[in-house]
Amino acid sequence: MRAEPILRAEGLKKHFPVTEGLLWSTVVGWVKAVDGISFSIPQGQTLALVGESGCGKTTTAKLILRLEEPTSGQVFVDGKNVHALSGDVLKEYRTIVQAVFQDPWSSLSPRMRVREIVAEPLVVNRRVAAAEVESRVAEILGRVGLRPEQANLYPHEFSGGQRQRIAVASALVSDPKLIVLDEPVSALDVSIRAQIMNLLVDLQKQYGVSYLLIAHHLATTRFMAHEVAVMYLGKIMERAKTEELFKNPSHPYTKALFSAALPAHPDIVREEMILSGEVPSPIDPPSGCRFHPRCPFVMPRCAEVEPQEKAIAADHVVACHLY
Amino acid sequence: MATVTARALPWYARPRVVQAMRQVKRYPVIPLGLLMILLVIPAVLAPLVAPYDPLQGSLAKRLKPPVWQQGGTIDHLLGTDKLGRDILSRLIHGARVSLAVSLVAIFVGGIAGTGLGLMSGYFGGKTDTLIMRLVDLSLSLPTILLALVLVAAVGPSFGTVIIVLVVLLWARYARLVRGETLSIKERDFIARARVAGASHTRIMARYIFPNVVNSLVVLATLQVGYVILLESALSFLGAGLPRPTPAWGLMIADGRELIVTAWWVSMFPGLAIMLTVLALNLLGDWLRDHLDPKLRHV
Repeated sequence: MRAEPILRAEGLKKHFPVTEGLLWSTVVGWVKAVDGISFSIPQGQTLALVGESGCGKTTTAKLILRLEEPTSGQVFVDGKNVHALSGDVLKEYRTIVQAVFQDPWSSLSPRMRVREIVAEPLVVNRRVAAAEVESRVAEILGRVGLRPEQANLYPHEFSGGQRQRIAVASALVSDPKLIVLDEPVSALDVSIRAQIMNLLVDLQKQYGVSYLLIAHHLATTRFMAHEVAVMYLGKIMERAKTEELFKNPSHPYTKALFSAALPAHPDIVREEMILSGEVPSPIDPPSGCRFHPRCPFVMPRCAEVEPQEKAIAADHVVACHLY
Repeated sequence: MATVTARALPWYARPRVVQAMRQVKRYPVIPLGLLMILLVIPAVLAPLVAPYDPLQGSLAKRLKPPVWQQGGTIDHLLGTDKLGRDILSRLIHGARVSLAVSLVAIFVGGIAGTGLGLMSGYFGGKTDTLIMRLVDLSLSLPTILLALVLVAAVGPSFGTVIIVLVVLLWARYARLVRGETLSIKERDFIARARVAGASHTRIMARYIFPNVVNSLVVLATLQVGYVILLESALSFLGAGLPRPTPAWGLMIADGRELIVTAWWVSMFPGLAIMLTVLALNLLGDWLRDHLDPKLRHV
């Protein structure tokens, strides 16, 4: 039995205008940051979006967080169309979807105390009693491994890892159902990463919250995600359960991505696959399959027909003409 | 085995004077002291510390030189003007006028400029274009001409001076705040606030404003000096405060035709303006260096 997914994105597109001219600006093109992607996240699970810089991961996150309006397509959270919300339903949405950003040095306001930072989603949306806010903040700080009396400090008095814990606490305080994790550990020291990743996984088990994990680091993805979607130039190239994807990467781009990651042991013999060329500009993406100019298995058809998503195994979808 | 004992004090204690000098270097003691003596104490305690009524003179004692000059009396330390009013008393009350004018003008201009700058930087687009063109307009207004026109239209008064000053001052705040807002709004904590559901007003007031306060304090301090100069210039030209008011600029204007025979009438208010503005600028520089090292250009 499959429960209704907590998050469902359908045909999501975001095109940014490219303008020219100082006084009378005219649109000369469109950056197709996200170009028609669909996915869903079940309750209590983690979907990872992986890909190179500029492939549209962060724009996708912004669309889901309602920080950007999509050009077309819809996002449903808990069955409700996110971009059509207003009034009380919007306030409700603001409590059930939260985010943790990449850089803990810029994601906490330097002029607010930890208590105010953590309590913000409660104060803004629910107008709960002050005493209740206090006890909730203390409880949640305990959950993320900070001491309640640290609530009186300012962010600059903490280390990077602790700051990220504060950000997690603030995201968790309003009992959300979905947290968007935008590169939650990539700005941290390697020694701290494992701590934060463990914390996030533990919290997921405890609270049953779903994560949308934006990452470019494959080991992070493998550790945290139940399902992985590989993005390239605004499109999803391959989507599968984590174990399946790591065992059997099928799309040539996924193979190249995995081959570029460092192996766990230097003696492991691996298939080398090095891509030539740069990522093409999303202003004028290649025709047909977006990956064809760099693909080692390119066929004439690839430049003409855009491949559709095909299921090659249970829970394993690939958009490639090879299959 | 030799043991080394840590000494709590250096082998000699620095002389008291040297220690005091170090404190002077660390804190802006000189400008602060100067400001207290010239501006704050006289302004707050004017009726208590001024020896005479600043408006009431006696023609019998007109144009008395300062005490150290021949003919000066101990009754009028800095002498009297052509109506026999005590210059020291007028200076002290003038400090009150200067401080009141500059504080009110900077407060009103600062609030208007900060509000508009926040909106301009935060919303961007058409709002930004509109407000920034207004800023350009305001910065291109010829100060003196604007003041003369307004005075001709409404007549010289405290209110007119404030209006002129606010029209001239707000633009700098708007520009500064807009610039800071532009950089702050790209930071992740603004995105987080929006995700948490904070309204635009809340984001501007709770997230952006506290992060620009430092710069505002620096700018305001530096502008007190500028405003005092401006107010004096306006008063000197007769476009500022009306005549019997003991404003420093007016006092200089009064002493202008007497500069050869009675230099003290215009010299002392001139010195007061110079030292006050100098002290304010030094204090502003110190604040800028210590509150926000990014602000070297203000």
